[in-house]
Amino acid sequence: MTDLEQRLREAPPEPFLDRPRFAAALGRRASAARLLDVAYASIDSPLGELTVFVTPRGLLRVAYDSEGGEAVLAEVAERVSPRILRAPARTDEARRQLDGYFASNRRRFDLPIDWSLVHGFARGVLRATAELPFGETSTYGRMARAAGSPRAARAAGNALGSNPIPIVVPCHRVLHADGTLGGYSGGLDRKRILLALEGSLPA
Amino acid sequence: MARPVSSRVQLPPFQRLVDDHGAELHRFLVASVGPTDAEDCLQETLLSALRAYPRLRHADNLRAWLYVIAQRKATDTVRSRQRHRAGALDGVEERLVAPAHRTGDDDLWSSVRALPAKQRAALVHRFVFDLAYRDVGERMGISEEAARQNVSAGLRRLRVEVDR
Repeated sequence: MTDLEQRLREAPPEPFLDRPRFAAALGRRASAARLLDVAYASIDSPLGELTVFVTPRGLLRVAYDSEGGEAVLAEVAERVSPRILRAPARTDEARRQLDGYFASNRRRFDLPIDWSLVHGFARGVLRATAELPFGETSTYGRMARAAGSPRAARAAGNALGSNPIPIVVPCHRVLHADGTLGGYSGGLDRKRILLALEGSLPA
Repeated sequence: MARPVSSRVQLPPFQRLVDDHGAELHRFLVASVGPTDAEDCLQETLLSALRAYPRLRHADNLRAWLYVIAQRKATDTVRSRQRHRAGALDGVEERLVAPAHRTGDDDLWSSVRALPAKQRAALVHRFVFDLAYRDVGERMGISEEAARQNVSAGLRRLRVEVDR
């Protein structure tokens, strides 16, 4: 090896990258250039870590950590767009409102929703569910009726079970007609915690 | 919202590319354009990639694809600096480089940065990343033989510069 090659190997310039600052700047520039289709960020909550996904249209997805972060990310990339960045700025408002909800300072969410991940009858069911007020509960049958198919309680249950925007679209407020809890995509423990937080179940 | 056209190629979320390759692309750019401009150059690289991303026809070698874009952005940066410098008083800009960023063999690296784009990229891949010629070629989107030629041509030119 020649002396010159040795000097090239020994003197690689010192790299330094301030990652959080770099990521924030990249998110801002991508957003300004309309190249950022989906921004996401995580928050801590009494239900564990939540990851929120936001598009220019609104809140697209709220994911529980139990859903597997990588799997959710891949699903959003495939179904919506692969132009996804971890970009806290765009998700600030959703995260702030969720924090407020868990701190019992907020009873309703005021966020635009991007319904891209929900289609047909399921969208009707979830839109009706989004209107259910804090502290009240409904039934699968009533949600089916609200979506225009009174006899489709089971289909309404499926739609609620695959709700991509839990908590903000409050599928936890929908119970069986006999008062039993029914199901919950995030697990029944989380459903109980949410209902207790809203005073619908004894804490 | 942009959607992948016609072909249904499964592209990973772009953030995955940033997480997997961001740091080494930065290192590549620090070597190629210097520490002062490397960060902005990396931003330009990633924005360019993000713009083209949904139109990619396959996801076979995303890393090489990113390096080719970075190499192009490095060339843009070096050229625009040369244009600026041509208008400035000789030597004045040199002193504006932050002292904290100066490294041991600064003169050598200034000479590397002044090389033609392919020679510069080939030298960085070969010596900073310590890659075999086959991998240098792969990251540059050229053949192994072309990679070898670019490295030796780069070294020849550097030798002339350094001995001067």
